[in-house]
Amino acid sequence: MKIPGFQPRKPLTRRQKWILTLLSFILPVGLWSVVSYVPFVWHPVILVSSAGGSSALEKGERVDPSFFQAENKHLAAEGKPLAVGSPANPIFLPTPGEVFEAFFKAFTTPPRRVGDPWLAESLWHSIQIIFWGFLLSSLIGVPLGLLAGTYGFFKGLFEPFIEFFRYLPAPAFGALTVAIWGINDGPKIAIIFIGTFFQQVLVIANTTAKCDTTLLEAAQTMGAKGLRLLSSVVIPSVLPDVYRDQRILLGWAWTYLIVAEVIGTSSGITFFIDQQAKYREYANVFAAISMIGLIGIGTDMVLGWLGRWFFPWRQLTGKEA
Amino acid sequence: MEWTLPDYKSQTSEVRARFDALKARPVMLDVQGLGKVFASPKKSETVLQNVSFQVHRREFLSIIGPSGCGKSTLIRIVAGLEQSSEGTVTLENTLVEAPGPERGMVFQNYSLFPWQTVLGNVRFPLVLQGHGVSIAEAEARTWIDIVGLADYEDYYPNQLSGGMRQRVAIARALAAKPKVLLMDEPFGALDAQTRAKMQSYLLEIWRKVDVTVLFITHDLDEAVFLSDRILVLKAHPGEVQELIEVPLPQPRIKAHTLTPEFLAVRQRLEELIHPQGNDDTEKFEMLRLAPANNEVL
Repeated sequence: MKIPGFQPRKPLTRRQKWILTLLSFILPVGLWSVVSYVPFVWHPVILVSSAGGSSALEKGERVDPSFFQAENKHLAAEGKPLAVGSPANPIFLPTPGEVFEAFFKAFTTPPRRVGDPWLAESLWHSIQIIFWGFLLSSLIGVPLGLLAGTYGFFKGLFEPFIEFFRYLPAPAFGALTVAIWGINDGPKIAIIFIGTFFQQVLVIANTTAKCDTTLLEAAQTMGAKGLRLLSSVVIPSVLPDVYRDQRILLGWAWTYLIVAEVIGTSSGITFFIDQQAKYREYANVFAAISMIGLIGIGTDMVLGWLGRWFFPWRQLTGKEA
Repeated sequence: MEWTLPDYKSQTSEVRARFDALKARPVMLDVQGLGKVFASPKKSETVLQNVSFQVHRREFLSIIGPSGCGKSTLIRIVAGLEQSSEGTVTLENTLVEAPGPERGMVFQNYSLFPWQTVLGNVRFPLVLQGHGVSIAEAEARTWIDIVGLADYEDYYPNQLSGGMRQRVAIARALAAKPKVLLMDEPFGALDAQTRAKMQSYLLEIWRKVDVTVLFITHDLDEAVFLSDRILVLKAHPGEVQELIEVPLPQPRIKAHTLTPEFLAVRQRLEELIHPQGNDDTEKFEMLRLAPANNEVL
């Protein structure tokens, strides 16, 4: 019998793809649900529902079972009412239901401290940091990459330094960027920039260098030369691949966000997550983290869809734009 | 049955008159003493050595030779895409040093711009030459019509078959109005049937357009069927073996491929390119599993 999806390099049907897409989310959430809701799976602590006569326990507290039992022994010996509790998971692992609820309630829950940003404001701030950092990086990085991928001069001039610089971790520049741009958004945008730019030039140069040489030769035999070759042949031929690179690079930019947001004054989604963790609202922490994921995948899906619209000829070969 | 082929050099008076007329035409492309050495620090390899020939205006000249004879290098030097180590290429008294629109090239892998439609591809050289878009498009449409793709001008290359793509490539090369059309094994990637069709198409187009063709192929039949003359190279290093005049009238029709004259030239090419002494079937004797006397088991 042939099991679908297990023949090397055979594409899946649409239906099979959908089923697997669903499964790829259902499986981890399912595992999480089992750990959360089935009492005998893990549940290493006791959630106190009534402190009874104990002064050491408090309602809503999560305690070690041995401590709980020892405390109840004491209470029994002293003839006081026993504490009541049930097995529970640690506070840092909320149930899927709690996170799901937090996901919707988080937007409508006012910040605990007056003056703190709402979730929507935090997210919007993060998106802006990413946008400006990635935009500035792209404005310089993409043209440099195109030049380095096309002309040996620029490749020779840029690449050695960039190869060196890209090994320097972006967070290492935190203090320096604060010294230069102050404590607000400047250093955060700079960190996104540093984290993206050097990879970007190399990746785009590498993609550009894959431009089919016979296309250039064909254009030359039709009389094209100089910058015309760059603008009429190299750029249009590599544009779909550069676009795909940009999508991947944008994903990388998000990974620098959390680092960027703790530099200077903490802000954006990182600030929100930190605050919620301080209040021990871990459901909100999980909700906020998954929102980053959703924004990322959402942006990428929109960009992918736009790519198919920008580069219609790419679909004809079945290549992803 | 005993039969012999005519001498491939014998020509009817009609054919001889045609060759006299052809050679009386001005020389379009003059290749003199061309040599190419690929040098690397470890060894240098002579790919072409002292190759000289002339192509007359509106001539169809094929270059044929075994693999490694440097025929592709030769056409790339003529195109200006590679530099020669010695010798010169002259196009109508102008020394060739770089690629230029007067030497259009058709590549084996089509080299069409995938991001442009058929119309966009054919329009490209015209826009390069400074025509306005509407004029360029009108002219491009004429060329698309000549190669018989009028219904496909809005298609992208990836939507077309190999034969159609190569017709677009020919239309695009011709739209630049080259004096010489350089074709580097243009039908090498096509299946036999499409290839035969394309050969007829090419001859038809060539009759309609004032263009000189320099055609590289390794297909003997293709060379004989298409060409006025065939330049035969040998390998290691690439040198001229013979310049053969094909004793067949123009315009060519498929029926010409069945004539004794066709076969005579075909036979001669076979001798030059696969000489008997160089037969390497001996080496593979042990792989032949069928009995030598051809008995049916």
